[in-house]
Amino acid sequence: MFNLFLDDAAALVVVLPLLISAIIAFMPSKIWPWIISLVTLVLHLVLSLHLLKEISISGLIIYEFGNWEPPWGISFKIDGVNIGLQLLFSIFALISTFYSRKIFLSEIDSRDSGKAYSLWLLAIGSLNGIILTNDIFNLFVFLEISALASISLIALGAGQNRKALLAAFNYLIIGAIGATFYVIGVGFAYAMTGTLNMNDLVIQLAQYSDGQLAIFAGMSFMLIGLMVKAAIFPVHIWLPPAYSYAPSAVSTLLAALATKTILYFFVRLLYEVFIIYPSYLSLFLDFVLYPLSLLAIFIGTLIAIYQDDIKKLLAFSSIAQIGYITLAFSLKDHSGITSGFIHIFNHALIKGGLFMAVGYFAILQKDRVTLTSLKGFGYKYPITSFALLICGLSLIGLPLTNGFISKLYLFQALYTNQMYFSIALVAVSSALAVAYFWKIVEQMWFSEIKFKLEKEDAYIYLPIWIITVSIIVFGIYSSPIIEFSNLSADYLISGYQN
Amino acid sequence: MSNSFLIILGIITPLFAALFSYVCRYNNNLRDSFGIIGGLVTFLISLKIFHGIQNNEIFQITFFTLFDGVDFTFKVTALGSIFSLVASSLWILASIYTIGYMRGAGEKNQTRFVIFYSIAIHAALAIAWSGNLLVLFIFYEILTFSTFPLVGHKQNTESQSAGRLYLSILVGTSLIFFLPAIFWIWLETGTLDFQDGGILINQFPAEYLSLLIAMLVFGIGKAAIMPIHRWLPAAMVAPTPVSALLHAVAVVKAGVFSFLVVIVYIVGPEFLLQTKSSDWLVWLACFTIMASSIIAITKDDLKARLAYSTISQLSYIILGAALASSLALKGASFHIITHALGKITLFFCAGAIYVTAHIKKVSELKGMGFKLPLIFFAYTLGALSIIGVPPFIGSWSKFYLIMGSIEREFIVVAIILGISSLLNIYYLLQPVVMGFTQTSRREVKLTKAPLTVWPPVITGLSCLIFFFYANYFLNNVSGVIVI
Repeated sequence: MFNLFLDDAAALVVVLPLLISAIIAFMPSKIWPWIISLVTLVLHLVLSLHLLKEISISGLIIYEFGNWEPPWGISFKIDGVNIGLQLLFSIFALISTFYSRKIFLSEIDSRDSGKAYSLWLLAIGSLNGIILTNDIFNLFVFLEISALASISLIALGAGQNRKALLAAFNYLIIGAIGATFYVIGVGFAYAMTGTLNMNDLVIQLAQYSDGQLAIFAGMSFMLIGLMVKAAIFPVHIWLPPAYSYAPSAVSTLLAALATKTILYFFVRLLYEVFIIYPSYLSLFLDFVLYPLSLLAIFIGTLIAIYQDDIKKLLAFSSIAQIGYITLAFSLKDHSGITSGFIHIFNHALIKGGLFMAVGYFAILQKDRVTLTSLKGFGYKYPITSFALLICGLSLIGLPLTNGFISKLYLFQALYTNQMYFSIALVAVSSALAVAYFWKIVEQMWFSEIKFKLEKEDAYIYLPIWIITVSIIVFGIYSSPIIEFSNLSADYLISGYQN
Repeated sequence: MSNSFLIILGIITPLFAALFSYVCRYNNNLRDSFGIIGGLVTFLISLKIFHGIQNNEIFQITFFTLFDGVDFTFKVTALGSIFSLVASSLWILASIYTIGYMRGAGEKNQTRFVIFYSIAIHAALAIAWSGNLLVLFIFYEILTFSTFPLVGHKQNTESQSAGRLYLSILVGTSLIFFLPAIFWIWLETGTLDFQDGGILINQFPAEYLSLLIAMLVFGIGKAAIMPIHRWLPAAMVAPTPVSALLHAVAVVKAGVFSFLVVIVYIVGPEFLLQTKSSDWLVWLACFTIMASSIIAITKDDLKARLAYSTISQLSYIILGAALASSLALKGASFHIITHALGKITLFFCAGAIYVTAHIKKVSELKGMGFKLPLIFFAYTLGALSIIGVPPFIGSWSKFYLIMGSIEREFIVVAIILGISSLLNIYYLLQPVVMGFTQTSRREVKLTKAPLTVWPPVITGLSCLIFFFYANYFLNNVSGVIVI
């Protein structure tokens, strides 16, 4: 029985959360939806670990739905590129679900608990689909499911602040534009090649070896659509309000995982499919993605400095951090892709930890967390505050944290590509990150007002500290993350060299 | 006791001092005594290590690997043994002085003060004994962050903005210049370990060495070379024990020490002498020496004057490192000791004058010499040592620096050093002259604070005594220079 279950692990990691989501949608209980979600995600983690084991033996899993052979049927593909991300996704989804209960209970109507967890699992399942799918149209489907689930989750924040509705609506419109762009691109590709399967697409595209305008148009549409979804500057505008007005648990999940999965697919599309037109690819990378990444890093950081609302500050810092990732991906070599993946992992942990801590503060004071409202929190809630401090130091990239490892490998990649200007810019922007982060620390520990120590909830600070400890552990013992990233780069770059 | 255990013990003792101070925060005497005990323990350990280095023992311990070719490791170098000895011995006196000052001046939040004070010493010792550049960088940052609460101790607007300036300059420069420089060295050589003779020779493109030196000297903001010196005068809003131990000894010396370490153990003096990549820095250091001396003359606030004097004295050490000849390096290393002894004396005196007579300005010191004879006596000893008058210990390092510049045939530099000494005489001895010649009509109410009086007398006298035992230190100093 259990083996049967494991045989379909590749499909179940996506299908299981989607199925359970439908089951718990109308459950009236306050606590059961959470427990069921938690159990689901434990199973999800078991399945992911099983996939890891399979991959370490065979190196590649193609799962064909309904035994329809690709290119006709839909297939999932798991290989070295996405197995690391799958594992991270599974672990983080579990931790943030554990964290989410009390946060949800105090931010939304408790009768909505079932609906909230239904959407939550829907988002998790569909985002996981983005990681695994090997079909460009199937990706569109998952993009849409995840967008609708996220939008509804963001809109749940309306109980706290009505602006959440506007943010959700913004996301809906801009996200829909992005998705439309993407699907137009898919249409072009399908019209030219008659296939949607990524592996097959590579083969079919090869017949237009010198390229066709229609294909380039299609590729451009797809890339722009994905850029909107991944919040790459300057089409990032939906992200800061969405992250900052969503319920705190939702911001955590989205900030850590949502954009990361799309970035993963983005780079996969670039280096696995579009690679057959190297001139187009380098045009895109050198003249679009590279300059936009630099702008994202710089402008995102500068805007973050002037934010008063902490969640917005973190969201703008995310824009800058996504800029680091795309900067690394624009380098067209092994070191660049490796460092991009390293930062995907590390930034998911860092931003997840930060949003968790700030989210906890938000429900403690039952109001938006602003700089002034944080006064004296270092004395009032020392356990959470200290976790926030460590995550923040990691965001700056100080040694002994995983943020430093990211920075180290990014510098190395830039250096081997002789991009000295970018190195200078990255160095300056990491120093500017001190400016916005230190404003928080100053308010928390060095303001005049002193508060009495208050009790903190172990159910909430435990997951925060799991993330925080992992930040330090991966800062010192960084080889797991580096190996997974290396593996991803190996798989992607082998396509590049062929 | 094994050597590696000594290092661990030395580095964690200040942390334990901090912890115990926190545990005993309700008993003031007990709380403050841990600084003295910690100082004694670390001093004994530093002394043992200092002797061990003289006997060519190896003090090394490696914890784990951070990334390829870079471990989290401590290894005491000859230079590090000097710095740790200075920092730990002065910590004892500074702890005694802190008790007198903080209680005399009625400062708030004394527990937090004592705790961060100990953490800062911990970081300074770890910098001294770090085995590679990245470990040094880690503790360099910890030192910055741990001194931030001390600078902003008074928590008023002035000290808050001073704290921000302090932090933004020190952390900013280290992240923009120092860390990329470290990455650059690692990418070129694959290692960051400190080795006699340096690791860059034949590994690093010589034409870019000037750029690397610039990134290092500006990245190590604690060395306070112009134009990144502004944080040091700003940091003077801190209570005087901070200015005395941290901004005359631990922090600024950590800065020049880091730079000196980079020159001696990473770049290698030989490589510098071949390429002459640091000759431009000689002139920048000379400019800093002259400019800050002139600014010091204009300052009426005693602590501000001493701060600018510190900036000028730090550039002596940078000058010695930039000259990179064996005599100059000897002088620079020795200057870490001599300036520390002299300047802590002066700061102790400035603080003692503030606590006992509530005077901060030089112009208000008229006639005070007759009322506070011991303090002025100690001040005079410290000032004479910094000016470089024999028989005070400061004369040795100045002598070596001048010889070093002549060795490199920088005659102008030797002349500048001479002129700077003249300026020193003017601005450092002016308070003494005022104190003893002019009588004040104003009545000043004196508060007794004996604990602030004796530490400067001890350090002042040691400036005199150690002149005759300079060889004791010079043995280790000579160990620094292997050309």
